[in-house]
Amino acid sequence: MSAAPVLPKLVGERVKRREDPRLVQGHGTYVDDVKIFGLRHAAFKRSDVAHGRIRSIDTGAAEAMDGVEAVFTGTQIAEFLDPMPIGTPFPSPEHRAVATDVVRYVGEPVAVVVAADRYTARDAADAIVVDYETRPAVVNPEVAMTGHPTVIHADFDNNLAVPLVPSGTGVSPDGKTVDDSVVDKAFADADVVVSQRMVNQRLAPTAMEPRGVVAHYERGKGTMTVWSSTQNPHILRTFVAKLNGMGEDEVRAIAPEVGGGFGAKINIYGEEYVVSALSKRLGLPLKWTEDRSEAFLATIHGRDIIGYVDIAATRAGKVLGLKLRLIADVGAYNMLLTAAIPTLTMLMANATYDIPAIRTTLTEVFTNKTPTDAYRGAGRPEATYFVERGMDMLARRLDMDPAELRRRNFIPADRFPYKTQMGAVYDSGDYAKALDRALGNAGWQELQRERDAARAEGRLVGLGLAMYVEVCGLGPSASLPTGGWEHSQVTVERDGRISATTGASPHGQGNETTFAQMLADQFGVPFEHVRIHHGDTGVVKQGIGTFGSRSQAVGGTALHLAGAKVREKMAKFAAALLEAHEEDLVFEDGRISVQGSPDTGKSFAEVAAYAYVPVPLPAGLSPGLSEEAFFEPANNTYPFGCHISMVEIDRDTGELALLRLVAVDDAGNLINPLIVEGQIHGGLAQGIGQAMIEEVRYGGDGQPLTGSFMDYAIPRAADLPRFELDATVTPTPVNPLGAKGVGEAGTLGSTPCIVSAAVDALSGFGVTHVDMMLRPEKLWQIIHGGQA
Amino acid sequence: MAQVSITVNGRRRTAEVEPRLLLVHFLREHLDLTGTHVGCDTSQCGACTVLVDGRSAKSCTIFAVQADGSEVTTIEGLAKGDDLHPLQDGFWEEHGLQCGYCTPGMIMSSVNLLEDNPSPTEAQIREGLDGNFCRCTGYQHIVNAVQNAAARRSS
Ligand code: FES
Ligand code: FES
Repeated sequence: MSAAPVLPKLVGERVKRREDPRLVQGHGTYVDDVKIFGLRHAAFKRSDVAHGRIRSIDTGAAEAMDGVEAVFTGTQIAEFLDPMPIGTPFPSPEHRAVATDVVRYVGEPVAVVVAADRYTARDAADAIVVDYETRPAVVNPEVAMTGHPTVIHADFDNNLAVPLVPSGTGVSPDGKTVDDSVVDKAFADADVVVSQRMVNQRLAPTAMEPRGVVAHYERGKGTMTVWSSTQNPHILRTFVAKLNGMGEDEVRAIAPEVGGGFGAKINIYGEEYVVSALSKRLGLPLKWTEDRSEAFLATIHGRDIIGYVDIAATRAGKVLGLKLRLIADVGAYNMLLTAAIPTLTMLMANATYDIPAIRTTLTEVFTNKTPTDAYRGAGRPEATYFVERGMDMLARRLDMDPAELRRRNFIPADRFPYKTQMGAVYDSGDYAKALDRALGNAGWQELQRERDAARAEGRLVGLGLAMYVEVCGLGPSASLPTGGWEHSQVTVERDGRISATTGASPHGQGNETTFAQMLADQFGVPFEHVRIHHGDTGVVKQGIGTFGSRSQAVGGTALHLAGAKVREKMAKFAAALLEAHEEDLVFEDGRISVQGSPDTGKSFAEVAAYAYVPVPLPAGLSPGLSEEAFFEPANNTYPFGCHISMVEIDRDTGELALLRLVAVDDAGNLINPLIVEGQIHGGLAQGIGQAMIEEVRYGGDGQPLTGSFMDYAIPRAADLPRFELDATVTPTPVNPLGAKGVGEAGTLGSTPCIVSAAVDALSGFGVTHVDMMLRPEKLWQIIHGGQA
Repeated sequence: MAQVSITVNGRRRTAEVEPRLLLVHFLREHLDLTGTHVGCDTSQCGACTVLVDGRSAKSCTIFAVQADGSEVTTIEGLAKGDDLHPLQDGFWEEHGLQCGYCTPGMIMSSVNLLEDNPSPTEAQIREGLDGNFCRCTGYQHIVNAVQNAAARRSS
């Protein structure tokens, strides 16, 4: 007789995704696929000037159109809609969802149309005529800081959104007292100092699904359902309820299938407030879907920060001190987290190094551009870029192998938890191990020989290397105004199947799969018997959402804890049925039985059925198998890794080709390596895109120059090489899973390692730094500068 | 208004439409075939790709009236009952999608690609998908998916 087949353990396996069968057949429901009887369509009229006062708005022609239900100007909307809420403690100028008086960037809404269909809505929006008294615009933050030629918000002198904030060595926790003596001494003692101004350019997050919202206020019930392409339906619910004067119990927010977010769909946008408010006011279901050309103007941008980097070191390559002066261009307004993002750049200035003296300062500046906010990596790629490019320049100055310079400065593996000069406590790390693995996988020395041989033939080949460490698994609550926990409820149903909810709100991350893997293992049941519900506040009682690489580390832990509670209770029911001690029970292969004697056990479904009809009810137990857990992490996690690239620049065209990209990433324990690889691939592509081809540009008058895919490039398949991935595993002690998070990792090391490789390739021309993006004409000019 | 008659996934559909109605909106809003997506307004992202008379085409770039009399296949028409098309299986098997928004278009373009070249090299796949953007995957698993499907088809 053969033993019953044992269900394989799934955590750590490359399990195919549950989400995919519906998505590959076109059966997913994204927000624009939502249809409701009586649905109307909204379209926004947007400012086409970068800065100006609205003299008049003529909505007559629009209102007269067949099929137009209503037209509202900003002033009319302001009568029933308060200004937009901000999620950071920084003072912020008033920001109306639809401008009432002054417009401050191209794309700012000035009126909204409600019509029977989307074509009519658009026609009507186009028919609105706005007369502006234009004002001078400013797009360069270092100019804007002088207060000339214009002041964008009356109460913010010199356009300073956040006046200089210091941080690091010798700065008191409240930032009020600053002692520069340690940092000054580090620089005085140094043999070498490298200094460079670097620009981390403005980017468009560009999820393939633009934003969209459907709101349905039901008059009879006094309740509202809002479908939105969002990363965090619970936060959306909170703010939409608040601005509509409703209770959180009266609003249900649904994130249906969401076609990518990359940070841009964390925000609660003006369109979400206006569409929900108009649905309530008109008593009609209402939809708005963003066009791509609208998205380039109206969805937040990312990065856009200047760093003045100074690194002081000894001749032997020991870094003594770092100064990082940051100027962030936040665009025209503060959005939900705008002001907080650059503070993460300060926080991560210590990078992977044991630097004893650091001074960072941050100034945030308003300009006449689209507001910035979180874009994949959100503050950490910027820190990584500035420090890693600085380290590369230092290695070049000292004529030292860039890998060797890193090694001499790493925080040693035995120093964790490690408190940085910036106040972060790195949970765990082994940076030398990741570096060594990457060097080995790349064949670093062989590559150096190849590069030198290619150079001898006159080819412009270069190598780059970057280390990174990022802060992930956001919370705890002290660091997030929305709360930094996550929530889950796990239910064993009467038939023994498992339903679980998670406050994480996946939009490509595959949590329906990874979380089902975890519960299948925890309960010893088939993967197919577990279903994960998410993205609907009517089903998922509480939650924060998906950002900051937190789904697994925070959401996964909440799920694990809720599962453990249910399992414990179920064991008590099983113990009563089996007349055994609950400590002796094993959950395996769809059965609960006494360890060592599987034949004596009961099927999982039998025990579940008993728990719901508990006759007799075991002493001390209540019926049912459904438990919830909130998990509040005590600290963040700090994943890390090493990325290496090889590039070649065409001497005749200046075109940069990425030949190799070798990555070693350490995200702690992994639930599903297949999904993790996918996350890293996507992050790498975005990091490479920043280095090579992506940049949001504005003319001096504030007119956007990159308003469509005609002008803003994102990587295509042929732009990228086959990535070479590997992982080291350093679990975090911060959560019981040992998982650190991996959603953003790919964007960190790839960008600086490619720029460093390009600089290496161009070193023969006396180049020590090139700002991104590395477009061909820029490189061509470096190559041909003398002769051009 | 103009009358169009288009055979979509094997079914003949006739409707009165505005002459300016895009084929993608005809599919999505008149026929409720929402598997075909819209990712841009400049004919670049490929999220809207369908087959028109067997060749891949960007349905945001064709008026419904231009497709009058054509045979259109959308992502919903690719599987045979419960049997997924080899490319659908390939994308599932190789984790060729994350958010899934680009996926229908990516698969429809790949159908055309494999019709023209049943065993493409990696470089040919990357070139062949030049008109389809994906922001999630970095394309590597998409390349694997197309290779997987090519192998399935030839076996
Ligand atoms: S929607 Fe058709 S190409 Fe983008
Ligand atoms: S899977 Fe999200 S855009 Fe391709």
